[in-house]
Amino acid sequence: MKNLDTGIFPTWCPGCGDFAIFSSIKNAIGMMDYPAESYFFTYGIGCHGHMCNFLDVYGFETLHGRPLPVAEGAKLANRDLNVIAVSGDGDSYGEGISHFMHIMRRNIDLTLIVHNNRVYGLTTGQVTPTSQKGFRSKSTPDGTIEQPMNPISTAILGGATFVARGFAGDPAHLSSLIVEGVKHKGFALIDVFQPCVTFNHINTYQWYREKVYKLEGNNTSDRMEALRISMEQDKLPIGIFFREEAKTYEEQVATQVSLSSEPVKTDIKDLIESFR
Amino acid sequence: MASIVQWKIGGEAGFGIMTAGAIFSKACSRGGLHVFGYSEYPSLIRGGHNSFQAAVSEEKVGCQVTPVNVLVALNRETVDLHKGELSREAAVIFDPDKTSVDKMPGFKLVPVPFARIATETAGLELMSNNVALGASVAVLDYDIGLLLDVIRDQFKGKGEDVIRKNTESANAGYEYVKKNFPGKFKYKIQRAKSPAKILMTGNEAIGAGAIAAGCKFYSGYPMTPTSGLLHFMASQERKYGLIVKHAEDEISAINMAIGAAHTGARSMTATSGGGFCLMVEGLGLAGMTETPLVIAMGQRAGPSTGLPTWTEQSDLKFVLNASHGEFPRIVLAPGDVEELFYSTVKAFNLAEKYQTPVIIMYDKHIAESHCTVDSIESVEIEEGLKVGENTPGYKRYQFTKTGVSPRAFPGQKGNFFIANSDEHDEKGHSTESAELRKAMVEKRMRKLEHAEIDSCRLHGPKKAPITLIGWGSTKGAIKQAMERLASKGVKANFLQMTCISPFPEKMVSAILKGKRPKLIVENNYSGQLAFVICEHTGIQVSHKLLKFDGRPFYPEEIELEAKKVARK
Repeated sequence: MKNLDTGIFPTWCPGCGDFAIFSSIKNAIGMMDYPAESYFFTYGIGCHGHMCNFLDVYGFETLHGRPLPVAEGAKLANRDLNVIAVSGDGDSYGEGISHFMHIMRRNIDLTLIVHNNRVYGLTTGQVTPTSQKGFRSKSTPDGTIEQPMNPISTAILGGATFVARGFAGDPAHLSSLIVEGVKHKGFALIDVFQPCVTFNHINTYQWYREKVYKLEGNNTSDRMEALRISMEQDKLPIGIFFREEAKTYEEQVATQVSLSSEPVKTDIKDLIESFR
Repeated sequence: MASIVQWKIGGEAGFGIMTAGAIFSKACSRGGLHVFGYSEYPSLIRGGHNSFQAAVSEEKVGCQVTPVNVLVALNRETVDLHKGELSREAAVIFDPDKTSVDKMPGFKLVPVPFARIATETAGLELMSNNVALGASVAVLDYDIGLLLDVIRDQFKGKGEDVIRKNTESANAGYEYVKKNFPGKFKYKIQRAKSPAKILMTGNEAIGAGAIAAGCKFYSGYPMTPTSGLLHFMASQERKYGLIVKHAEDEISAINMAIGAAHTGARSMTATSGGGFCLMVEGLGLAGMTETPLVIAMGQRAGPSTGLPTWTEQSDLKFVLNASHGEFPRIVLAPGDVEELFYSTVKAFNLAEKYQTPVIIMYDKHIAESHCTVDSIESVEIEEGLKVGENTPGYKRYQFTKTGVSPRAFPGQKGNFFIANSDEHDEKGHSTESAELRKAMVEKRMRKLEHAEIDSCRLHGPKKAPITLIGWGSTKGAIKQAMERLASKGVKANFLQMTCISPFPEKMVSAILKGKRPKLIVENNYSGQLAFVICEHTGIQVSHKLLKFDGRPFYPEEIELEAKKVARK
């Protein structure tokens, strides 16, 4: 495998969970047999998006909330690519929530890795859709009134065919989840608990270490069981909640070739004659 | 001046007015005649008034006209709403069992019991439309065989029984008129000697152009008047190996198209003004990442939901300025169905050549009107600069003299790079360096500085005492108005803008210099093109004929105004 580092030194805060997610992604790529050029990463806007400068594979830093639709278009046009969308909680559960909901219905074969730090880091600390109720931030000085969304439950109900959660404090486990997610045929969500050492002083490494436990022996083909486990609050399970084999979107479309390698010149004589 | 016969059908939404209009138009184009078929309808599925009018001539006809020579009234409202449009001795065909029509002196009333004939011949009142079409052909003394052929084609694949019911009811309508009203009508149409013409809507022309240009990926979201383009592309998906994606919203549609284009597939999206509002951030993304992208922008009356099914040209300045920041964009403004086809091919070539978004401006008027074209020639595909695998030292955004840097694609060996919405260096990595920022903006902007795009056309004599100016769908009415003016001894020429960005400053300045009156014709309130012309050339257009009631221009309106301006 080629060197996956661009040589640009990561600009995340010392101790940021993004370092561990970055190395887990590189480890996962190393653990799989696909050539480096088969990967296509899209990124959203947020601290996670800086990864585009550090990871030396084909990539596209999109707009805030839009790593999914760019990834979907790329996958539909070139089905040979291993497409991975890297996003954040503000990015995919806030600004881009509609894309998240709809890709689950489609089951396009790509992997979404969400750096879920439960705070807006790059805009210096505001509440996000996954912040705990009462979370005090620059935009909610009295504490947020809203309930946090539960992305895992949402994905299980939304029809995702692979739903997992990792923790930046356990990169080896996270790497194995990413490998499973990329190898999964269909849409895979990997939500990652990512401590933000600068702006989130509630959900810290210590806080997570006391709460997380690894799922073992759960029936990952039972959507209802997965849903029940995903609702656990006192302890926070990490691992694979749910997975099922299902046809992908691209397996079911009329055109079964990679569009990007098709010849451009098209004879439309018949089409024009049909208008006579 | 071309002699035009105009037929019009009206009725309640849900009566099948559009289908009937399309069938009638095709029966005419099959007979080698030119047709312009224009429809009006409210934003409703049932109820409300629909109409379709077909202007038919042996010569090119590019717009709806006044007056109407044959009116088919499927309800009473049609007579009330349209009797003011009728010519002397116009025929009014209606169902006396369903619609009471008072005596109309000066017009020919043609009572044909559509419903009764339909029930008797086909057992279905639903076939009333066909009876009306047959009756129309009889009134116009046209060729019933052509109509029956078109109906047969229309229902091909639906079984012999369906075809038989439809054709027999049309034929019964024809026979009824021939028998009961023999040889009584003034307005006739006749098969031309030329072969069958191509009949397309603007949406179909864009779709066909896109396929001819090698478009493989189309993502969109339904919005009048561009839904027809989405439907057309979807109908061709299987045959031409496309992927057509109805996305969850316009934001997704444009971002998907960007993702697909990034992998090397020629890609397109389309929408109207409201959807374009949502696409604006994506437009900037395509500009920043230098992604070739074609956007068809079918305008309708705004702002907000506006008049969803009516025409307007009020999004020109919006599209020219949409998005924050500065990046090069190409904005094309084809004026008719034929130009829409070729402009779309050109749009794909330009998008790839200059690696930047290309927007095709059109509007409800040409998007949904049916218009004939003699022939469509084969088109040239111009591919943009690309590199092969393992290009040593490859830089996706390399600084070049032209500003254009060769593209590489994900999946290729060895050409790793990032497309980046942040400002970036030649490899695509984020940078906030002042020097790099400046160099990168200049590189992008340089791409269109020397672009050669066929951008305006002067119709009519080189010198004329009055110059008409327009862009987009007003072309048909302006050209028709010029003919009318010429027949009355008023000489005029017409500057048609076909590309508005980059703006052809020198050409337009040269054409518009001098003190003669200039009349700009636009379907908007403020005269947006007049502002753009002034912005680029300093020339103030002396007169404006503006219309923003959702209705397209009629040649008579332009003729009248031009005469007034010329007299001043």
